[in-house]
Amino acid sequence: MAMLSFEAKYRVRGGTLVGGDLFDFWVGPFWVGFFGVTTFFFSLLGVGLILWGAALGDTWNVWRINIAPPDLKYGLGLAPLAEGGLWQIITICAIGAFGSWAMREVEISRKLGMGLHVPVAFSMAIFAYVTLQVIRPVLMGAWGHAFPYGIFSHLDWVSNVGYQYLHFHYNPAHMIAVTFFFTTTLALSLHGALVLSATNPPKGEPVKTPEHENAFFRDTIGYSVGTIGIHRLGLFLALAAVFWSAVCIVISGPFWTLGWPEWWNWWLELPIWR
Amino acid sequence: MNSARTCLTALLLGATLFIAGCEAPPPATDQRGYRGQSMGNVANPRTLEAREAANQPPEVQPPGDPTGPRVSTIYQNVKVLGDLSETEFLRVMASMTEWVAPQEASCGYCHNLENMADESKYQYRVARQMLIMTRSLNTTWSSHVGQTGVTCYTCHRGQPQPQYTFKQDSGPMGAGGTTASRQGQNVAGRLVGLTSLPTDPFTELLAYTGQIRAVSTTVLPAGNTRTIQDTERTYGLMIHMSEGLGVNCTFCHNSNNFGSWSSSPPQRATAYHGIRMVRDININHIAPLLPIQPPERLGPEGDNAKVFCTTCHQQQPKPMNGAPMLEHYPELGAVRPAP
Repeated sequence: MAMLSFEAKYRVRGGTLVGGDLFDFWVGPFWVGFFGVTTFFFSLLGVGLILWGAALGDTWNVWRINIAPPDLKYGLGLAPLAEGGLWQIITICAIGAFGSWAMREVEISRKLGMGLHVPVAFSMAIFAYVTLQVIRPVLMGAWGHAFPYGIFSHLDWVSNVGYQYLHFHYNPAHMIAVTFFFTTTLALSLHGALVLSATNPPKGEPVKTPEHENAFFRDTIGYSVGTIGIHRLGLFLALAAVFWSAVCIVISGPFWTLGWPEWWNWWLELPIWR
Repeated sequence: MNSARTCLTALLLGATLFIAGCEAPPPATDQRGYRGQSMGNVANPRTLEAREAANQPPEVQPPGDPTGPRVSTIYQNVKVLGDLSETEFLRVMASMTEWVAPQEASCGYCHNLENMADESKYQYRVARQMLIMTRSLNTTWSSHVGQTGVTCYTCHRGQPQPQYTFKQDSGPMGAGGTTASRQGQNVAGRLVGLTSLPTDPFTELLAYTGQIRAVSTTVLPAGNTRTIQDTERTYGLMIHMSEGLGVNCTFCHNSNNFGSWSSSPPQRATAYHGIRMVRDININHIAPLLPIQPPERLGPEGDNAKVFCTTCHQQQPKPMNGAPMLEHYPELGAVRPAP
């Protein structure tokens, strides 16, 4: 496959963490690397097991395929393959594949002389997944508390877990997470609108510079976070949203068993107005 | 420096509050559906122990001798329990004192001690209606109380007035005009789990027969006239049921379709009959007592105390851990032929 004109600049040796030069080569446009091999291995095995699990189920309707975790009675032990064991191995494969991909991003960042922002950001998503599927089930004492692999079935799980605490909108960490998610989309829409406006001027006018963009926001809201600042802010907002999502689910069950509205009793009981 | 100290103090205070508001893992959980659905209960085992300890059934009096002449031929003015033998009757009377008025004037709480058949005390007339109600619950509402049955103690727990009841509460009034009534919303309602849902969903839904079902049965809007207020009233009632029984929504519902009976656990059918039973109690047994009750028994809006789920359940899925009540007090069940 022909290389793009600038690709030669990036096809450099080194930066690997594991395996030295052994896997430091390209297949077509794709760099391989040790973690590329492990990603491929875990992905292939995991997808194969998902297909097996689907074949054991009673439907091939993609919405309804369901590979569920073990019954609670198995606790934190191993379950028979057809009764949640597949789910357990698929979870190991998923964590293996996600982790490998993050390490591959580290190696590529090192190869390109970049900071580690990309793998750090991706790690937050992995952390949220591990929180749901490993940390919370371990704290609650059974793998059966994790969510099942299936489009409808995992939505049922989300809904039921929410209603186990009567009204999930009263979960304080859920409030913070939702606020960060909405703020992320607000910041992205403001930023996107600004960039599109600046780069698509009316006919006959030149493309606007960042100085113009700054002036626009200083005029409208009195402050412009700047070109680098908006990306730092975006990264923070997005990671905070994911982090607080992980917090909101890990406290539901392990650290709070009643309805979330009742948690706020401490506020009503503050000696200031009690 | 000062601001750093302020920040540190705020952080420590915040962290302390956060920890103080939480519980320690692991919770006690059970599974009530297919694996991975998250159907079932999540509870703090220490809370469960405390509730169990607080909900012990009373000591059972030795059974009465059912033989001998019927009490209706012995005493005057026995309108509800006339089919009992004398020892059975006296046993029930003694137990009622223990269940309802142990701290009060004993028999004199309801009776004129000069003339036990005298109806002048309002407590006497209330107690008579309550006996009619208890026998009715034990015979016509086995769809809810099963063979466990109820006695006075199921609600009263040694108090003349059951601890957990509701009275009509329209909530605080606003400023005036269009904000005159807040529909009881947007305050932390004690009876609806501290949510901002209507503080009194009970009057309309349990003291009358207001419609509870709010969810549409079609995907697209097709004539469902239920309002947001209706829906929130239903949510408030459901939160009360959860709080009253010490369970969560998934005890009775699979939340992927709250209205579907086929995907609901069987407990929902018991709860359905429970709602109808509570309405029967409030409408046919308690509301008619209003004219004879003194003002101090009435709520701020002039109605008397009605029952809801917590009245009997007191944070347990089965009142008093499901201890059999009727079995030890067959006198409060169906009228039996004399032996």
